[in-house]
Amino acid sequence: MAALLDILSWILLTLGGFCILVGGIGALRLPDLFTRMHAASVTDSIGAILVLTGVMLQAGLSLAAIKLAAILLFLLLTSPTASNALAAAAMLAGNEPGIDVGGDEETAP
Amino acid sequence: MTVIFGIFLLTLLLITAVAIVRTKNLFVAVMLMGIASLLIAANFFLLDAADVALTEAAVGAGISTVLFLGALALTSEHERAPTSRRAASLIVVTLAALVVIYATFDKPGFGALDAPVQTHVAPWYLENTRTQIDIPNAVTAVLGSFRGYDTLGEVFVVLTAGIGVLFLLAGGPVAAADRSPRTGKKGLEGHLIPRVIGRLLIPFILLFGLYVQFHGEYGPGGGFQAGAIIAAGIILFALLEGEERGLQVIPPRVLLGLMAGGALLYGAVGLAGVVLGGSFLDYSVLSSDPVKGQQLGILLIEAGVGITVTGVLLAIYHAFAARRR
Repeated sequence: MAALLDILSWILLTLGGFCILVGGIGALRLPDLFTRMHAASVTDSIGAILVLTGVMLQAGLSLAAIKLAAILLFLLLTSPTASNALAAAAMLAGNEPGIDVGGDEETAP
Repeated sequence: MTVIFGIFLLTLLLITAVAIVRTKNLFVAVMLMGIASLLIAANFFLLDAADVALTEAAVGAGISTVLFLGALALTSEHERAPTSRRAASLIVVTLAALVVIYATFDKPGFGALDAPVQTHVAPWYLENTRTQIDIPNAVTAVLGSFRGYDTLGEVFVVLTAGIGVLFLLAGGPVAAADRSPRTGKKGLEGHLIPRVIGRLLIPFILLFGLYVQFHGEYGPGGGFQAGAIIAAGIILFALLEGEERGLQVIPPRVLLGLMAGGALLYGAVGLAGVVLGGSFLDYSVLSSDPVKGQQLGILLIEAGVGITVTGVLLAIYHAFAARRR
């Protein structure tokens, strides 16, 4: 059981690390602000979920796991809000998403 | 492992520092300074200095960034063109760097047992924390009691800095009301998502601030960190609801009271020690049991620190936010 949890946790951590790497590469390589934000949000969302869940499995049923869960909850609340604020600020500054460059665009409300 | 992580973080810190110097865009520089603070905080944490790391993250990466942005709103986003004295400043910086590098040759090795920090007063503090104060966090014991004078000085430095900023900034051209010129809305009224999430988070931020304040005896934390966190929560409210309502919650007069009151509380605890027959800042006499007295004294002075730091940070923020260029 413990070995199984350990393996599962390492799989999650590796996947999370991969997602963060992909997010980092995307944030550097994608053409404009909105596509870059999309890449960066991979780090914030799925990367954070995978890594923190992996670390929670390492921590087991303890106070540390509850703290990690709280961190995850706050990250899931704050990072989309920050992305929204960033996109709104970019739109206000006149930075329209480029439709013709291809790829999936995030449009701000 | 610690060494590898440390070198990695310090390398990133160096890259960030070079980027801060090289960028001409002040907005970018402010963001990079926040990153630099987080990196050094992670490094402090790696070296087991959790209290310092918490302070650096809360003050350096959190409040400082907000204050810098507030200052930036009053000025231009781009750095002024450099003056012609570049060669002279380069020589001065190079000489200073050489002196600092030369000085590091005399430093004891990383974690060396015969380093002055391990042999001077630190062992005495660690031994006597248990018998004289009996709290788990020796850092708080050193900060609050053994070196209470230093911390009193720090609180007065913070207070003086706050007074200085108020002298410089207050009384300038004050904005009539901080409504957006385009939409006529206050704060972030038009932006639903940040407002809802922000309102949801503020109680938790304040709760966490109080936890850090009163848990300082048992874990990392204390008045400085808690003050920064509570101030951040209230600044978030002012950002969301507009400067006007932010000032309604805690009026400037109350802020001045907080600034001075915290320092006054600290000093009063010190004087209470004198009145009750001890020496200045000797908390042992505050209660019939010296250990209980020490704990009570630390609790009170930490409260004083937290109140002053909250007041000063909020006053500085409002001083920036109330001005228009």
